[in-house]
Amino acid sequence: MTALLELHGVDASYGPGQVLHGVNLEVDEGGMVALLGANGAGKTTTLRAICNMGVRTRGEIRFGGKRIDGRATEDIVRLGIGHVPEGRGTFLGLTVEENLRLGAIRRSDSGIAGDMTRVFGYFPVLRERLHQQAGTLSGGEQQMLAIARALMIKPRLLLLDEPSFGLAPLLVQEIFRNLKVINKEERMSMLLVEQNARLALELVGKVYLLETGRVVASGLPKQIAADESVRRAYLGQ
Amino acid sequence: MQALLHQLLSGVAGGAIYASVALALVMIFKATHHVNFAQGELAMFSTYIAYSLITAGIPYWIAFVLTLMFSFVFGVAVQRLVIHWFRDRSALAAVIVFIGLLVIINSMAGFLFTYTQKGFPSPFAGQAWYGTTYLSPHEVGMIVVTLIVLAIVFLFFRFTRLGLAMRAAAENPQSSRLVGIRVSWMLALGWGMAGVLGAVAGMMAAPNIFLAPDMMSGVILYGFAAALLGGIDNPWGAPIGGFIVGIMENIAGAYLVGTQLKQALALAVIVAVLTFKPSGLFGRTVVVRV
Repeated sequence: MTALLELHGVDASYGPGQVLHGVNLEVDEGGMVALLGANGAGKTTTLRAICNMGVRTRGEIRFGGKRIDGRATEDIVRLGIGHVPEGRGTFLGLTVEENLRLGAIRRSDSGIAGDMTRVFGYFPVLRERLHQQAGTLSGGEQQMLAIARALMIKPRLLLLDEPSFGLAPLLVQEIFRNLKVINKEERMSMLLVEQNARLALELVGKVYLLETGRVVASGLPKQIAADESVRRAYLGQ
Repeated sequence: MQALLHQLLSGVAGGAIYASVALALVMIFKATHHVNFAQGELAMFSTYIAYSLITAGIPYWIAFVLTLMFSFVFGVAVQRLVIHWFRDRSALAAVIVFIGLLVIINSMAGFLFTYTQKGFPSPFAGQAWYGTTYLSPHEVGMIVVTLIVLAIVFLFFRFTRLGLAMRAAAENPQSSRLVGIRVSWMLALGWGMAGVLGAVAGMMAAPNIFLAPDMMSGVILYGFAAALLGGIDNPWGAPIGGFIVGIMENIAGAYLVGTQLKQALALAVIVAVLTFKPSGLFGRTVVVRV
């Protein structure tokens, strides 16, 4: 398998405060990877560094073999990266339909209507809310909309920043089930940032553990889950 | 009664100018949260371009379209070459840049075209069939032209991809970048379109107020009043505010304060709105924690 996304020795800082220290990370083509860690470990910063969103980075970031570090956010996502940001990034004043059309705004292929139907298959509630202002949606619906918007980009890699944040457990399970299906059926690679380690470990094929801006462990979910310190710190066992 | 009706209707005609200017201001405010104090001067400069084209013998409507094209490019250029570099600076820096632009464009117009007032032609003939007892053909014409331009602007924003991208860039720049929209170019396009709206206002106003470098100083004041009255963040409210201010100006000028004090009315509206209803008639209240 070849790596779709590679980070080599990536430092990242906001102003004078350095957050990431030499992070190495790989997401394989079609792979599903979780990035776990406590609050403030640098999970969100890692995703922001990949898309060059308001962080200064050093080191090497490659997507599909090409260097992307230092490029503008809009150029990076145009290569095929869908980013579901922290806080969902909903266009609150626009309708659900407009939010989805914005996902496909850079595309000119004829598949847009078909993709819209496809995302309604995953998230049927969005079809019901189509002409509603996105700001009136519940938190769970907005999370689905954020994922759906990123899917409309037709990305090769999906970056997900805490999709379970603030949602009811049942809803979280539904969303994660859908992510699994999308990963399997569309061979879409995913890098998932999660607080809910237990859920993430069930879902993914590879795990990175981040502590104060450094990768302290990585491997198969089984190996990570077996680690005594991880069990204590993240699984509450 | 007839006199009142006349004042009302010609207020609507004057309001058409304010509506265009107000919409131009709101467009830039929505996208950048800056009030473009140089909007009126941009419009004035465009009107001089139209004047030069017309006196060079180009038919009015061709000159009109060429002027709109010039104004679009000029607006985009000002954003890319000047405003763009101050995007991350404080609001105060922006205000200073806008005032600087105002002075520069004003002086440039004076230098190139002199400060002498010039007559500006109206494309709507003096005796046309659509003139009535209440409205001159030019007044009818400027209402119609403004309504057409406003309709085009709204259809553009509502129904085109580019319009959607521009609305998205104004509402949430970060999320817009994440779907691949070049936000800073969207802002430049917004400046171009605001330039076009201003040019329409300038060309429609010039036959009445004459062409001179300071021709827009009064108009822009009413434009501010209109934009604030309609709600500075509401593109639907801006034209409505424009028409209301136009009518108020005429009625008050005729019956309350007289023509000498008419301009004070615009200031009164601005102060009243900011004091009693800062969000305007149709705006949302935005609370900022400091």
